Amino acid sequence: MIIDGTTSLVEVEKGIRVIPGGNTIIAAVDKLVNWGRVSSIWPMTFGLACCAIEMMATGASHYDLDRFGIIFRGSPRQSDVIIVAGTLTKKMAPIIRAVYDQMPEPRYVIAMGSCACTGGIYNTYATVQGVDTIMPVDVYIPGCPPRPEALLEGIIKLQEKMKKESFKWSRWR
Amino acid sequence: MEPMEIAEQIKGKFPSEVKEIVEFQGQVSVLIKKDKLLEIMNFLHKTPELYFDFLVDLCGVDYLGKKETRFEVVYHLLSIKYNKAIRIKAEVSEDDCVIDSVVGIWLGANWHERECYDMFGIKFNGHPDLRRILMPEDWEGYPLRKDYPLKSDLGDKEWKGFKEVIAIGKKNLAYEVR
Repeated sequence: MIIDGTTSLVEVEKGIRVIPGGNTIIAAVDKLVNWGRVSSIWPMTFGLACCAIEMMATGASHYDLDRFGIIFRGSPRQSDVIIVAGTLTKKMAPIIRAVYDQMPEPRYVIAMGSCACTGGIYNTYATVQGVDTIMPVDVYIPGCPPRPEALLEGIIKLQEKMKKESFKWSRWR
Repeated sequence: MEPMEIAEQIKGKFPSEVKEIVEFQGQVSVLIKKDKLLEIMNFLHKTPELYFDFLVDLCGVDYLGKKETRFEVVYHLLSIKYNKAIRIKAEVSEDDCVIDSVVGIWLGANWHERECYDMFGIKFNGHPDLRRILMPEDWEGYPLRKDYPLKSDLGDKEWKGFKEVIAIGKKNLAYEVR
């Protein structure tokens, strides 16, 4: 097929154009990279308390995280997001920080549940008052524990955030 | 043998050691001095008519400002053979915060005594491996003591490991802020 300037491009989605009849898509690299990232978020599970049960329920067949391309990965080096589900104790804090530091960029953090967000009901000598005291958090999901729908909503919020990123793929990011 | 009779039997054998016998809701507690603890426990464990073969629970209590002797170590004993239970309480003062370990009699006391040491700072003489069990090993203070701060902010007394983690987070913040 010859592109001669008279063939008009068709915009199928905002910022994504195709040449009719040809197997060609024209879009920004950001779009493509973000689409790839958004469609296969592999979470590092960090189940610490009862929120972990809810996280498992979200991953199981009824709520089915797989349809978002989300597959739990029990290894920080191959994961994109860490879901901190449950009460974080001070004894656990260095460990979760070590796991977070092992994750490759770009990395994201979801604080799931009241305890991970703020410490929740546990204002005691042994509890960290929110995961954000030791690492940056992208999405906070309140609830005690949050329902699976709430976790899904939080993940969708994270996807929206990832879609808005630009120039986060080059060496010079 | 009824629990009250068992308590009387202990008193008969160790008259100078037993300080008080209390019955409440069918449960009998015997308050003893800590000096002959092992002898009393061995008596309860070995005597064929008593045969307390199971240590259900071992825990510490802090009576700060409520009683003269600050701490008590509480032993819940059960005889599976006769289906009888009894509670032994041993007084431990703050100045001499040491009591004999019963690991030699009931092996299950091992972790219970470690927890009691971790939370109250009561040391157990003859324990094979007396380390903290819940808190980090370099934690300062004993959290379940009544004069220990309850809330999260420990100020200067904050655990070293946690302060280090916060420092790492602050150092990397400029790079990680989004």
